[in-house]
Amino acid sequence: MGKVFAFHGGVHPPENKKQSSRTPIARAPLPPLLYLPLQQHIGLAANPVVEVGERVLKGQLIAEPVGRISASLHAPTSGVVRAIGPHPVPHASGLESDCITLETDGEDEWIEHRGLADYTRLKPAALIEHIRRCGIAGMGGAGFPTDVKLHLGEDHIVNTLIINAAECEPYITADDMLMRERAAEILSGIRIISHLLRPSHIMIGIEDNKPQAIHALQQVLTGCELNIDIRVVPTKYPSGGERQLIQLLTGLEVPSGHIPADIGIVCQNVGTAAAIHRAVHLGEPLISRIVTVTGDAVAQPQNFDALIGTPFADLLAAARLHQERLSRLLMGGPMMGVAVAHEQIPVIKTTNCILAASEQEMPLPPAEQPCIRCAMCEQVCPATLLPQQLYWFAKGREFDKARHHNLFDCIECGACAYVCPSHIPLVQYYRFAKSEIRTEEAEQRKADHARRRFEARQARLERERAEKEARRKARAEEAALAQQARRSSDGEEPKSGAAPAATAAPDLKQLKTAAAVARTKLKKARDGLKNAQEKKLDGIDALQATVTELEQKSQAAQRALEAAEQAEAASAGEKGVDLKQLKIDAAMARATVTKLERALANTEDEQGRRELEAELVAARNQSDTLQQRLREHSSA
Amino acid sequence: MTDFLLILISTVLVNNFVLVQFLGLCPFMGVSNKLETAMGMSLATTFVLTLSSVCSYLVYSTLLAPFGLEYLQTIAFILVIAVVVQFTEMVVHKTSPLLYKLLGIFLPLITTNCAVLGVALLNLKKQNGFLESIAYGFGAAVGFSMALVLFSAIRERIAVADVPTPFRGAAIGMVTAGLMSLAFMGFAGLVQF
Amino acid sequence: MATVLSAILILFCLAVVFGVILGYASVRFRVEGNPIVDQIDSLLPQTQCGQCGYPGCRPYAEAIANGEAINKCPPGGQSTVAALADLLGVEAVPLDAEHGEEPIKKVAFIHEEECIGCTKCIQACPVDAILGAPKQMHTVIVDECTGCDLCVDPCPVDCIEMIPIETSINTWKWPAPAEPLGLIATDRGRGAAQQEAH
Repeated sequence: MGKVFAFHGGVHPPENKKQSSRTPIARAPLPPLLYLPLQQHIGLAANPVVEVGERVLKGQLIAEPVGRISASLHAPTSGVVRAIGPHPVPHASGLESDCITLETDGEDEWIEHRGLADYTRLKPAALIEHIRRCGIAGMGGAGFPTDVKLHLGEDHIVNTLIINAAECEPYITADDMLMRERAAEILSGIRIISHLLRPSHIMIGIEDNKPQAIHALQQVLTGCELNIDIRVVPTKYPSGGERQLIQLLTGLEVPSGHIPADIGIVCQNVGTAAAIHRAVHLGEPLISRIVTVTGDAVAQPQNFDALIGTPFADLLAAARLHQERLSRLLMGGPMMGVAVAHEQIPVIKTTNCILAASEQEMPLPPAEQPCIRCAMCEQVCPATLLPQQLYWFAKGREFDKARHHNLFDCIECGACAYVCPSHIPLVQYYRFAKSEIRTEEAEQRKADHARRRFEARQARLERERAEKEARRKARAEEAALAQQARRSSDGEEPKSGAAPAATAAPDLKQLKTAAAVARTKLKKARDGLKNAQEKKLDGIDALQATVTELEQKSQAAQRALEAAEQAEAASAGEKGVDLKQLKIDAAMARATVTKLERALANTEDEQGRRELEAELVAARNQSDTLQQRLREHSSA
Repeated sequence: MTDFLLILISTVLVNNFVLVQFLGLCPFMGVSNKLETAMGMSLATTFVLTLSSVCSYLVYSTLLAPFGLEYLQTIAFILVIAVVVQFTEMVVHKTSPLLYKLLGIFLPLITTNCAVLGVALLNLKKQNGFLESIAYGFGAAVGFSMALVLFSAIRERIAVADVPTPFRGAAIGMVTAGLMSLAFMGFAGLVQF
Repeated sequence: MATVLSAILILFCLAVVFGVILGYASVRFRVEGNPIVDQIDSLLPQTQCGQCGYPGCRPYAEAIANGEAINKCPPGGQSTVAALADLLGVEAVPLDAEHGEEPIKKVAFIHEEECIGCTKCIQACPVDAILGAPKQMHTVIVDECTGCDLCVDPCPVDCIEMIPIETSINTWKWPAPAEPLGLIATDRGRGAAQQEAH
């Protein structure tokens, strides 16, 4: 059947696949509500193009991609958009993210859609654009937008296309059932991908624990014109990992920091291939997928063809969940899955399994014990890393060393934690280390950016100062020259317009600013005085004198302002009140009250308190007056 | 030729200056917290040791011995060592300011490193020739560097290990150094020198 | 007497020769500036907030190069102290509480109904993160704001609020795995407390 190579390490956990592969794929019942996260893929979240209350049809575009690496979102069934906002999503953090909530109407009415008549006639870019518009993303677990991967044929030489049918993780049988029942769709999708990437060789990598699927594929491939091979690999976890599968089928290692396309290989999941077929030949966007619902807590473990956005609870009910047996609910398989708490979390494009485990099936892990340096973890690591070293570095927070030991090449498969005799949750340490490093890098970038802005600002201020200096010098020279000229000619010209015309009425804004400035100066002087008193510094008397002087100035300014305001109010009765001005005044008065109250709470000495209390009373009065006037004029 | 080989084996393994003769323990304990610092220090000490060993020999054989001033050897050697260390400091400051900052006070302290003076004086005791002095100084430096690098690598691992509270820090370092010493004493008798 | 004189002479000559060598070396290997300051500055968070007591991050970096304590920067937090300790080979002391606790990351927010367009906050912002002009509405560009809160004080109508940044799915970090229970007697104090809690 073709040579199969090997990869380092790997483990053989019990498969537990028979439970869910006894019955054919069932159609999941239509749920009343669908929750559609805007981010179900790698890249930027999609942008909604519908509004709350709008009725949408099945297959209608409801969110468009943002930027090059992004995917679109379509309504899985007809209904009304009930909400667009935060909702629990399938994520390890348990946090919420923006989702479109769709209330289904039970009619399942399709939008008008049509497959492409002859995709071979289209330009490759147009075909890829069609696939993009159908929202196809990698369905093997990562969710990388497929159209971006298909563009790789343009700037890379792709000589091998690998179809990932391995499904190595225990319990999951979604791809297995898909191959058994819809092998023709998969082949059709492979043809389309092959047309775009033009590889010289296509291989389907499948594990030997799926004899029926292998048979189905062989049947469908008889007489196929493509250079396509089925390569059966021995069952080992994690042979379905992209890099591990490539190594199994070609013996080549993808270099660290590079993508498989850099060595001429592209990998696609069988589910993605089937979805591409639907998109191109039937015009159907990605709105459903096969999900395995299994575990001891469900009475009828099986695979469902579920709509994207179906809450877990609905699928669990369809599989007859026994709530009292449920100990842990996992999204994904037992090795790489994530425990979720909320049953309203929806199925997304990358959900391949819901595992409802009982206490017996998946007991709580025993407490972590010290590392005995047995190096079992190193023996099983499929990425040939040194898990023990990574553990020590992550534990001691020596993240630089962890990075040098290729921490970011870890695929988080969990094989190391599976074999650890001390039950150390190794993958948790690596995830912690990775996120710390990423956060540090992000903060470093932000700090660099802030420094550049700061330096640019300093440069700008310097420039402005220099220009001002230059202008001042120029003006001084001019004035000197002008003065000389005037002195030489008998200059007795009257000073024209030297004295500024006295402003008719006092400018309210200027007075207000003056009052605010006086207040701020007073506050700063008071703070300085308090500081000096606490620290018993010199010059307290001088500071006290300054404070007294500024108090008087502030009060004078305040009185002038009030007088002007009253005059304004008096004349405003005839002219009509400036509502905006009133609002501003009221706000300032409120702010003053707040500031004084805060200062009062912080002041210790008696004299200070008395002064502040007096001011507070005055400020409160003013605030009340202004509020009153505002209310009158707003309601008028 | 075998002479030089014997001198090297003797100074690096059998009579290792740090672990067997217990000289130069100050930088050994003080700079061994991180591997990079330890490597920088060992390079600096190698340079100083070799150069000062040669210069001391030259000063002794050309200036002190012919005039019967052997009793000045300590002062003269210290003078030589101090100058070489000062020179090294300037070179390090110029080429690697970070290493200069990392080594800190330990760089000028090489002057008082008893291993350096020890090499100079022991050279005399063994009545080495010119070339043998070079080999002796170089071998001593290699032995010192090896012990320092090994020790700092171990200390880095200990830093993240689960050490009982009373032992943390210098205590476990001393214990480790003692065990290393025991190990190196296993070389005793390998070379009769 | 002759031997004493010759001893002194020998030593004197030796000293002169060495002095000449060192003198030449000090000129040849002169070090300009202080590159360590650049490295320290690159580790600081560049909020230019002044909480360390220095007018900006670069002056503090220069002070550290001259021996100032490394634990005075609250926006940088303990991780900056650790990085500085790593760089300089000194001990990582805990953050100096006198200069402020390690704050939750915040950004400034201007309540637009109260803003009077005075530009005082714009002048105060060290990274030009506030957009606006005299008599025009002012607003904070969230992506540029470093949370230094230098703009809050100058505002005469007190309309700037510091809002903590919430963790979103994109900024969420994996927590460190829980400490295993101590198996050694002196460490068991912590373990016993945990077991009692169970």
